[in-house]
Amino acid sequence: MIHSAPTDRLLTLNDAREREALAKIARVRAAPKRFRDERITMAHGAGGKATAALVSGLIAPAFASPALAPLDDAGLITIDGAELALTTDSFVVRPLRFPGGSIGELAVNGTVNDLAMVGARPLALTLSLVLEEGLDAEILRAEIEACARAARAAHVEIIAGDTKVVERGHADGMYVCTTGIGRRDPRARLSPASLAPGDRVLVSRSIGEHGMAIMLARGEFELDSEIVSDTRPLWPAADALLALGDRLRCMRDATRGGVATVLNELAVASGVTIAVNEANVPVTPEVAGACELLGIDPMYVANEGTLVAAVAAEAADEALALLRAVSGAEGAAIVGEVSADETGMVIVNTAFGGRRVMDMLVGDPLPRIC
Amino acid sequence: MKFVDEFRNAELGAVLAGQIVSLAQSDRHYKIMEVCGGHTHTIYRYGVADLLPANVELVHGPGCPVCVIPMGRVDDAIAIARDPRVILTCFGDMMRVPGGSGSLTEAKAAGADVRMVYSPLDALRIAQANPGRDVVFFAVGFETTAPSTALTLMRAKAERVCNFFVYSNHVTIVPPIRALLESPDLRLDAFIGPGHVCTVVGARPFHFIATDYGKPVVISGFEPLDVLHSVLMILRQLAEQRCEVENQYTRVVPYEGNSQAFRVLADVFELRPHFEWRGLGFISQSALKLSAAYADFDAELRYSVPGVRVADPKACQCGEVLKGVIKPWECKVFGTACTPEHPIGTCMVSSEGACAAYYNFGRLTRRHREPERELV
Repeated sequence: MIHSAPTDRLLTLNDAREREALAKIARVRAAPKRFRDERITMAHGAGGKATAALVSGLIAPAFASPALAPLDDAGLITIDGAELALTTDSFVVRPLRFPGGSIGELAVNGTVNDLAMVGARPLALTLSLVLEEGLDAEILRAEIEACARAARAAHVEIIAGDTKVVERGHADGMYVCTTGIGRRDPRARLSPASLAPGDRVLVSRSIGEHGMAIMLARGEFELDSEIVSDTRPLWPAADALLALGDRLRCMRDATRGGVATVLNELAVASGVTIAVNEANVPVTPEVAGACELLGIDPMYVANEGTLVAAVAAEAADEALALLRAVSGAEGAAIVGEVSADETGMVIVNTAFGGRRVMDMLVGDPLPRIC
Repeated sequence: MKFVDEFRNAELGAVLAGQIVSLAQSDRHYKIMEVCGGHTHTIYRYGVADLLPANVELVHGPGCPVCVIPMGRVDDAIAIARDPRVILTCFGDMMRVPGGSGSLTEAKAAGADVRMVYSPLDALRIAQANPGRDVVFFAVGFETTAPSTALTLMRAKAERVCNFFVYSNHVTIVPPIRALLESPDLRLDAFIGPGHVCTVVGARPFHFIATDYGKPVVISGFEPLDVLHSVLMILRQLAEQRCEVENQYTRVVPYEGNSQAFRVLADVFELRPHFEWRGLGFISQSALKLSAAYADFDAELRYSVPGVRVADPKACQCGEVLKGVIKPWECKVFGTACTPEHPIGTCMVSSEGACAAYYNFGRLTRRHREPERELV
């Protein structure tokens, strides 16, 4: 009887030339991103590599500011000793309504969540509407009510706004832009660059539901499903995790580009490797099935009420318990671990027993999902 | 997922991996080519290579439908898309394939009406919804996808849709395999056969690989257990000095193929005298064009396209990668000038392309479990 033993005796196989090629790629990947496309394509809005190149290659350098430099979900500014967080977001989702939510609800939750992820309690929002000539007033009324409901649920006030109307054929019914301000929680010691070897990575619930709900709501695939968007405010989950103090390293809202893109951003910012155990990542059977049919990896699918958190190893169980006590995060799970290899890469231990790289999203599998 | 997870069972994978280790002779290096890009994707997606011993090497073959499209054909598609009458429809991967002057994604950003579809029937539906426009489907793929294009054309004809056209780039699998086998730098021991193509053409067309060239073939499914099982069946053939076409994918592939699909293909398509393959050059009788009965639907007859043969970029070594002569990382531009976000070669575009699969999934320090041998 001969068998392969599941030991840790591992042989490194790559020959020297392959290692050299890999090192060269790592250097190219770590180099500052340049924006060198001739036109904007849909990929620049997908939240993956093209978006990163646009933001850090063209936009951010023009406004060189220490508050902008970390390219976090919200910028921090201290006014008379009060540490405030400021963020803004535009919503262009199509269709306007989808299972589990609508553009109005998304516009409030999206901005509230960007504040929550930097450890700021959301306080107030502005609301700008770009409306298409001919938009049914009932649809508009429903979306304004959805905004108001979502704001109440998130305990924020909408204190200013603007309306514009554009000719028929533009703005697909309506676009919504919200800007939010929040007060940074004194317990927050968060930085995407603070991940250390041994840290654990958690997700707050099953992933991929928003993106798949939108995709199926467009009716292009004739698939019936029960998938509903996960859109919800994340402040309660963030508030719970902040109890960990500096053992909470960082939180990110896994929107466009999905959990995979967030993990890559953290791995690069901290100069570490993140190893994800595929079998531990919560995915509902409905999302797994739809993704399987459409050839999409749920790790790249957008969420609108799911956070990724990195915590110190000894705080992992406590973090899990804190999250699971929050409504909407009962399905939280520890999905990965930070290792010392300074690759800036995310590695997946596949459920089948092999390993692979999980890079940032390339291209545009799901346009206009938020 | 029922009927899927069973074929991704890690415990069974470990058992198969153990059997492979025990069967592989430690003093021999095995090179097995998976012809089909779907297998390449599976191998990287699940980390299958990690379960194989160091001396069993999988070589990626020419069976990715996106990877084999030459630049000139992409330029022709872009020329069609620029016609203001036209809505050009294609599979998502094709939108990012670079031609001599940009990709369809870039043509779309510059104003062309290019839309991604998941099936040719979606394209036909777009034609029916837009009677004032020409809707062209940029058809790619091997015998696997050609029948669905053919059925769509039959339906278009039956429903008298006169604004639907197909730009056919369908190719056939056997000629490039033969071309590979004739190539003097070939160093392969066996082939993992393209399961999905075989659902249509059956196992028979692959017999020449065993009889004329003396290489075992195992037609394989696309789940990780299928691939490991096929590797094991190949090693058994080699150990027993057999050389046959075996079918691992019996749950889907009938030996004789799908006669109905054959009939449909024969009605709608005819063989081109020759067709250019990316990196492989012109191969005789290796592609399908619309038959005379469907000439009214043939985009190549309706539009004037440049039809120019565009030489591959000098630095690009897609041809050598497609033939399995070099590994993706051995290409001079791999991962530096040529990346998934800015591909130079087709192999870097589709997730079934050898370069994209290696870049996206395989770009890590590979470690293999050292087998622990208990001798009986």
